[in-house]
Amino acid sequence: MERANIIQNPIQNPIQNVVRHVVRHVKQALVAAVWLSFLTLPIMVIRVDTVEKTVTWRWMHLAYMAVGSFVLALAWYAMMERRNKSQAKKELETVERVSALAGMLADPRITRPLMAFGLLVAVAFPWFFSLYQTNILVSALIYVVLGLGLNITVGLAGLLDLGYVAFYAVGAYTYALLNHHFHLGFWAVLPLGAVMGAFFGILLGFPVLRLRGDYLAIVTLGFGQIIRLVLENWSAFSYGPSGISNIDRPGLFGISYSVEQATTYMYYIMLALVLLTIFVTARLKDSRIGRAWLALREDEIACQAMGIDNTRAKLMAFSLGATLAALMGVVFAAKTTFINPASFTFMESAMILAIVVLGGMGSVLGVILGAFLLMLLPEYLRAFSEYRMLIFGATMVLIMVFRPEGLVRAKRKVYTINVEAAG
Amino acid sequence: MEYFLQLFFGGLSRGSVYALIALGYTMVYGIIELINFAHGEIYMIGAFMGLIVAGVLTTLGWPVLSILAIALVVSVLYSAAYGYTVEKIAYKPLRSAPRLAPLISAIGMSILLQNYIMLAQTPDFLPFPRLIPELAFMDAVSNYLGTSDLFIIATSLVVMIALTFFIKFTRMGKAMRATAQNRKMAMLVGVNVDQVISVTFIIGSSLAAVGGVLIAAHVGQINFAIGFLAGIKAFTAAVLGGIGSIPGAVLGGLVLGWAESFATGYISSDYEDVFAFLLLVVILIFRPAGLLGKQRAQKV
Repeated sequence: MERANIIQNPIQNPIQNVVRHVVRHVKQALVAAVWLSFLTLPIMVIRVDTVEKTVTWRWMHLAYMAVGSFVLALAWYAMMERRNKSQAKKELETVERVSALAGMLADPRITRPLMAFGLLVAVAFPWFFSLYQTNILVSALIYVVLGLGLNITVGLAGLLDLGYVAFYAVGAYTYALLNHHFHLGFWAVLPLGAVMGAFFGILLGFPVLRLRGDYLAIVTLGFGQIIRLVLENWSAFSYGPSGISNIDRPGLFGISYSVEQATTYMYYIMLALVLLTIFVTARLKDSRIGRAWLALREDEIACQAMGIDNTRAKLMAFSLGATLAALMGVVFAAKTTFINPASFTFMESAMILAIVVLGGMGSVLGVILGAFLLMLLPEYLRAFSEYRMLIFGATMVLIMVFRPEGLVRAKRKVYTINVEAAG
Repeated sequence: MEYFLQLFFGGLSRGSVYALIALGYTMVYGIIELINFAHGEIYMIGAFMGLIVAGVLTTLGWPVLSILAIALVVSVLYSAAYGYTVEKIAYKPLRSAPRLAPLISAIGMSILLQNYIMLAQTPDFLPFPRLIPELAFMDAVSNYLGTSDLFIIATSLVVMIALTFFIKFTRMGKAMRATAQNRKMAMLVGVNVDQVISVTFIIGSSLAAVGGVLIAAHVGQINFAIGFLAGIKAFTAAVLGGIGSIPGAVLGGLVLGWAESFATGYISSDYEDVFAFLLLVVILIFRPAGLLGKQRAQKV
């Protein structure tokens, strides 16, 4: 085909093709840049002071915007073309292509040593890095568990929960209040918090079971808001917006320790909890209930027809996710020793959901990567502190546009039957 | 009685603004089944555009009513352009992606737009100029119905009637209804679905901008974060009425506005937002498809 073209049209050669290509991209990017500059003109350029009744014109911003959006648009179109090409290729291929990296990751001879190495690094981390780094990592680990918990509800069972942070708040306030009033320790409240989480999960789960899809999403969002608003306004119970301070750190057989040691201790507690959660969720995924969740996610009616108790499976998913969130709430309260309702806003729920979706729904490794990316990115973007949330939002959009299935695609368990051996 | 009327009209004007924003949600949802989380931000951008135009024109010394009119028009145009662009960047490439992908991209867009306004303008609350004058003939009823309330109610009414006409009687409206019913079928009979989706975003954003300017002129101050709560509440209103249904969005907005107004007036003002969400939860438990939504049988 291509050869025939060249013969018929001898002028056309690869170099010209590339040039034409580049010119087209540049034209597109120019149009985009002009449009975006026009769009952002009033907001970027004009700054009104309504009290003093003065107007500042900042024309320099327009120039920045024009140049910036031109560069971004160029990159955007180039990436878009790559994406479309790879999509077209995928459609042509009948057998799903396994990339070399994915193939390597599926081989236990490679993954086992890698996992062991990762664990070693994780265990040794506090000895080699500063207190600050360890602290960040503890937060990231908390989000790993939150992500894995939400992954059960959203990724496996397909129940979109936008109020997940409510259970996190339940756990945190369970510990904070019990500690404040009755001086109960961390280890005593940890299981109690889990029970509270499960209880609230079922409490929320029951009425919303009949709802599907986006109705479920908005009702869970509503529940999340209600819990936060009640915590904010019912001062007699929760001490209102000022929150609860001086929460005890976890006890260690009555030994007292410094703040630095406390962070290390917290880190190991979190590491253990993360490993436990990974183990539990990975096992759950391939279990009877896990496969029931997947069936529920794919098709509710077919799932019911196969004899799965939908109600039970949904409630299990909800309450298990809630339990993990509440556990993390207890840890969070013990880690920061201070909590207030501002830590449990919708943004937090959105962040956890973003972890799950960016990482790759249903994939344990993906969720872990997603949590690290989303937690560490803003932390290390502090250098551009003003712009970090801007970059963060843009990153979310970009990853979704160019990799909608997430960083790591979830793999379904495949059973291979060796006919020859069996026969 | 006067107190009741005051709450009634307060709820009505508040509900009309919810309805204006909810219409954008419900239209977009009806067509591409996406909770457009960035919609609240479009409303906020509308309010900011209104502020900028009003600020510039005030320093030039224009008469108040003409400023209001120009501010409304410019902010509608700009918000429509924003809505259009957001759709092209964040949602269009994701048409065939997994269901949650556009939702996450919408949340990302919402964060992006909020921070963009915060950085380009200000993180503080800005006082919004008084654009709606107190009309003399309103004095008799001003105890319970202010001029700005009347203005909001009247404008919303006009806009909603215009929208109904557009959807019922124009070619584009028909195409929109067809696309909402079944996108593939609409494509097969020659509807330009991409264009329909763009128009939906443009209309939804324009309505949100009207709501933004009106409420900003009424409340008197804005900042970059106002879009979030307004967006969630408007979405609540859309779901209350039955998402995808246009009269449902209006009804949902009004019910929500009244519920909030009466609950804060007669019970307690601390729990204003709690009432809104409780109402949502209760209605959805008893009518899972919303007030005007149809309960569709699931096909296998």
